[in-house]
Amino acid sequence: MPDPIRASKPIRSESWSSLVERRSFRTVMGALAAVSLILLLAPTVIVIIASFTSAFSLKFPPPGYSTRWYLALWNESPEIIAAFKLSLQLASIATGISVVLAVAAAMALARRREQWARGLEAMFLSPLMLPTLALGLALLMLVNLAGTGLSFWTLVIGHIAITSPYIVRTTTASLVQLDRSLLESARSLGASGWFTFRTVTLPLIAPGIAAGAFIAFMYSFDNVAVSLFLSDARSEVLPIRMWHIIESNLDVRAAAVSGVLIAATLILMLVMERLVGVSRHVR
Amino acid sequence: MSTAQVATLPVPPQLPARGLRLEAPVSLALPLAIFFVAFVLVPFMLLAFVSLHEDNGLKTMGFAQYIKFFGDSFNLSVLGDTLLLGLKVTLLTILIGYPLAYLYVNAPARWQTLLMLLILLPLLTSSVVRTFAWVVILGRQGIINTLLLDLGWVDAPLKLLYTPGAVTVALAQIELPLMVLPLITSLMNVDPNLRQASLSLGAGHWRTFMQVTVPLSVPGLLAGSLLVFASAVSAFVTQTLVGGGQQIFMPFYMYQQAIQANEYPFAAAIAMVLLLCVLVIVTVINAIGRRSKGFVHA
Repeated sequence: MPDPIRASKPIRSESWSSLVERRSFRTVMGALAAVSLILLLAPTVIVIIASFTSAFSLKFPPPGYSTRWYLALWNESPEIIAAFKLSLQLASIATGISVVLAVAAAMALARRREQWARGLEAMFLSPLMLPTLALGLALLMLVNLAGTGLSFWTLVIGHIAITSPYIVRTTTASLVQLDRSLLESARSLGASGWFTFRTVTLPLIAPGIAAGAFIAFMYSFDNVAVSLFLSDARSEVLPIRMWHIIESNLDVRAAAVSGVLIAATLILMLVMERLVGVSRHVR
Repeated sequence: MSTAQVATLPVPPQLPARGLRLEAPVSLALPLAIFFVAFVLVPFMLLAFVSLHEDNGLKTMGFAQYIKFFGDSFNLSVLGDTLLLGLKVTLLTILIGYPLAYLYVNAPARWQTLLMLLILLPLLTSSVVRTFAWVVILGRQGIINTLLLDLGWVDAPLKLLYTPGAVTVALAQIELPLMVLPLITSLMNVDPNLRQASLSLGAGHWRTFMQVTVPLSVPGLLAGSLLVFASAVSAFVTQTLVGGGQQIFMPFYMYQQAIQANEYPFAAAIAMVLLLCVLVIVTVINAIGRRSKGFVHA
């Protein structure tokens, strides 16, 4: 940890006790940060190693290495592949609809200070805080009351409700940082509202929208709580399939699925970081 | 009279933009607002309505479900365990998350990029995958038991999975980025001169940390705590897979009563109790947060 303090240090020679004090602080903070970093990474690394096991159980470290479970996943697991496809479809559709609804709402609300606008924004962000399982149960009751029955579209509705907050948040943050004089010049030079949006506003807030959409997509792809209540008997999404596998027989294919998901997440994240700088938009 | 009128002619403050609407029309918020009213607000009101019925046929209204919930020590222990879990996970993420955020803020820019990716990767990786990782780590044949057996510290594999400690540690690891990210934002805003001033005036590193850095990062600490607590108490997957069937927390209890027992009004009451607990805690922490922000900027 380089410390700006160091540069201004050697005014007087350091006493022994202050040396101990400084060292102890650095050691404790450094050690805890190291624990934290290991804890962040270890599970991912362990799952990847475990997925290449040649054995039938998830013994760690594995007795031997092979790609058999990846082959088993590819060749003999139509139900997992189907779940994967369904999750992909669900996350894409839900994120797509969320982007349109959330960007429009963020445009309308971002700079308004009125009470009702704050209230509306709080409602749009509320699924970030509230237990999503409760939302799933509540939506199931609504579906039961309406008598429409569960379908792919009830899942989509649930997923729009939980993904749109992320896009509202990142889009609003981008809009607040937008320099208003750019809009003023565009409008006073005769550009229409829509033209200004297309050629000035949208290009400037696009990274924020993309970052939000990326997080929303990953969140939808991962969600169990809402899907658990809202999917019909035929449609089983990937995380729920995984949950069942881990809960029942702890099939090693779960490790192979995890390996694929980790690799896909890593690649997507690096691409998105390069394109839009996801890390600047999550804070 | 007429000259005075001319002199007081109001001059529009933003002359160039006059007549041009810069704000997007309010109606753009309408589609999402309608969606949220129909599919978030109304369902939650329905949830509250259903919870106020005494029978599964929804014929008589009353507080029977709540009386049933608060009248039984088992239910109360489920609620207590869930809130305690949220508290323990939050404290643990502060303990290991704070030094990581501190490291990030003091690291050179080159390392910051790498560190940020290391913090973000787990956040974006499926939480089912991360939970599964803990099942592999803590299992009877997992890395910890293998290590302990090889070292000869234990004779038989320990039961690590399905213990309260396992749920806490796994959840703390899974929610860690949610604590670290707001803390980084908050620590970035702390003026480094304040720390320097404290050090050069003779306060040690520990004292400077406890009395200057930590108080100034309270907003980030509270924002992180809010996110971690809210996610930990409703982390259905981790709670069930790492906790096992012996430990029951509110989300699983709700799911079980609704789907397995078909006791919808009781499940709705459990959901309402959990929802209200989270709302109360969020409101309290937000109120403290507003006060602490005033304190930080004063």
